Amino acid sequence: MSRRNGPPGEGAWRWAHGHLRDRNRLIYVALLVGVVLFPPVMGLATGVESATWVGTAADAGVFVLLAIGLNVVVGFAGLLDLGYAAFFAIGAYTYGMLASGLLSASPLHHEIHLPFWLLIFVGMFMAACFGILLGAPTLRLRGDYLAIVTLGFGEIVPTVFRNLGPGSPIGNWTGGINGISAIDPPHLPALLTGPFGFAKGLDFTDPSIYPIDYYVLMVVIVVGCVILVSNLYSSRLGRAWMAVREDEVAAAANGVNTVAIKLLAFAIGASFSGFAGAFYGAKLSLVSSENFSFVISVTVLLMVVLGGMGNIPGVIVGSLTIYSVLYVVLPNLPGYAQSAASAVGLGFLNQPGLSGNWSGLGDEVQRLNFLLYGLILVVVMVLRPQGLIPSRVREQELAKGTEEEAVFDLRET
Amino acid sequence: MGIVAVLAAALLIPKISSEGGSLFLQFLVYGLANGAIYALIALGYTMVYGIIELINFAHGDVFTLGAFVSLPLLSVFGLTEGKTGIAVLGGLVLVTVLVMLITGVINMGIERVAYRPLRNAPRLAPLITAVGMSFVLEGIMYLWRGANNLHYPDLLPNLRISLGSGASISSKDVIVIVVAVVLVIVLTIFITRSKLGKAMRATAQDREAAQLMGIDINRTIAATFFIGAALAGAGGIIFGLYFNTVRFDLGFQSGLFAFTAAVFGGIGNIRGAALGGLMIGLVKAFSDGYFLSIWTDVWIFAILILVLVFRPTGLLGMQVPEK
Repeated sequence: MSRRNGPPGEGAWRWAHGHLRDRNRLIYVALLVGVVLFPPVMGLATGVESATWVGTAADAGVFVLLAIGLNVVVGFAGLLDLGYAAFFAIGAYTYGMLASGLLSASPLHHEIHLPFWLLIFVGMFMAACFGILLGAPTLRLRGDYLAIVTLGFGEIVPTVFRNLGPGSPIGNWTGGINGISAIDPPHLPALLTGPFGFAKGLDFTDPSIYPIDYYVLMVVIVVGCVILVSNLYSSRLGRAWMAVREDEVAAAANGVNTVAIKLLAFAIGASFSGFAGAFYGAKLSLVSSENFSFVISVTVLLMVVLGGMGNIPGVIVGSLTIYSVLYVVLPNLPGYAQSAASAVGLGFLNQPGLSGNWSGLGDEVQRLNFLLYGLILVVVMVLRPQGLIPSRVREQELAKGTEEEAVFDLRET
Repeated sequence: MGIVAVLAAALLIPKISSEGGSLFLQFLVYGLANGAIYALIALGYTMVYGIIELINFAHGDVFTLGAFVSLPLLSVFGLTEGKTGIAVLGGLVLVTVLVMLITGVINMGIERVAYRPLRNAPRLAPLITAVGMSFVLEGIMYLWRGANNLHYPDLLPNLRISLGSGASISSKDVIVIVVAVVLVIVLTIFITRSKLGKAMRATAQDREAAQLMGIDINRTIAATFFIGAALAGAGGIIFGLYFNTVRFDLGFQSGLFAFTAAVFGGIGNIRGAALGGLMIGLVKAFSDGYFLSIWTDVWIFAILILVLVFRPTGLLGMQVPEK
């Protein structure tokens, strides 16, 4: 192959050509640029509203964390977990219980207010413990039975949190149906925001927290996690996971301790979820069992599968895509539809009572939300079963798998 | 397994002795009727899983769809509340057959659109489309009738037969149980005796070998979806007639319980699914009756996990080779 010589003066092109040939690296660079540009661009585009957008982006980061964690379980080790939200709930409730006034109503009669920085690790640890507790007896189950056990666990955990509220036989530990509110906000160092300090002005002594703080913190956490998980992926452990995923019997025959390996994947996945849960509880300052239903588990699984199982940049892109569809596009769709109708002179559609039980375009579109989400799932999966950005290895395997497998190809001789 | 039975006995026996046998009988009847409905749904899960190893999450919503589709049909046939007699029963049978056909065809359509194109895709892809189809069906039913509880006409004769000491069994209970048992028996005979049933079993065992033996795989799988959905549709009508209220998201909880039942009995195993359905119904009845109903989910799933830990392939487990 002859080397292409770029025209003189195009050093940047040549650098990019050299370093960005790898698709994954290109995505990482694009994501980083996007992350840095997002707050100022939103600031310019939407003005005062930009704080809301930045906060939404920080929430999206929670789901990115969840997806990265589930990717370890599903994508790397090939274990189907349908109750991932349970660990999310455990992290969030751990934070909520230990950083609010809730426990004063419990049999302890004493409020506990531990600091954020300690509690996110406690939440992580608790989730990992429950992951091991659930995984140890059940991980020897065949694929789909494991999925059912995790599904069951995912139903049990929120129910237990909902039921251990006021009036439960052992006292009020979780706030019951109302969940835990008024959770302590984290104390973040003012310097955290760095160059984005403009949101606070230049007053670094301001103790209050802005969405930009969460945003920056989230970005730092996600970057750390990506580095961690990428290293895990290419480590001995990562190769063991993939061996177990592809053929458990062969892996065991080659000396991989399959049970320990699977348990480790389960615990690491759970700890990501717990970590994300604690962050989520702290940011929202409200934890309720409603927020950890089966739909959340499925959504995170979808983020992993849609993005491209096993491929970290793919999973990040997948989770950002799904998050924006679910939490930005779909909720705003009624508004979009109304303004679109007004713009093209069909404003009368926005009024209720047009015919029969027509309740106005906005309401009608809102009622479509669930249906649309389902349709998106089906259409996207049918069109791209391998995910948006599958890992290179997987892609090759799938492409090969569909062709006729001949012992040797006559055309090449 | 024994441990679970001993635990259940240890929890139940003091309750039974303190609150009397009649209450126990009452819960037993309620549990059997409820379990019969779960069994009908569980059969569809277990058949589909047996043949293409897919957890068909949309199945619970096909069950709800059965109830929803039957509502306008009932009024078309003039079956309104308060009517009694043989004509009503005949009309009900007719509506049930129609609904079974409709849900069966719809489920075949779902298979064609959402699962067949993904038959050679990574295994998680059809799982996601199954969840997607479940949302689509729920979305359609929500658009159609809204989020309220819908009243379902009370058409079954409600004669109470006393079982002595206060407990009684209603003709409704009997009808529900009998219909479910008959359907399960017919299905079992169909699977074991008919040619299509044989094709299904062959396809479940080894799809490629079955194809080589001249079995039309696509037709067989479509037939499996049809039968599963027909049973679920019948289950939907029976549910409506028994509980007299339906809701668009009913299929989620019932589907989850029914799937649990299928796993409980050993997924892929027809008799296991029927047995599992009855067990889940009984657990639910006793938990609702003797303890607090808010803890029922926890009991059911905890028992499920325990059963799987000690019997990894369910009660009547099918021996599935690792592929």
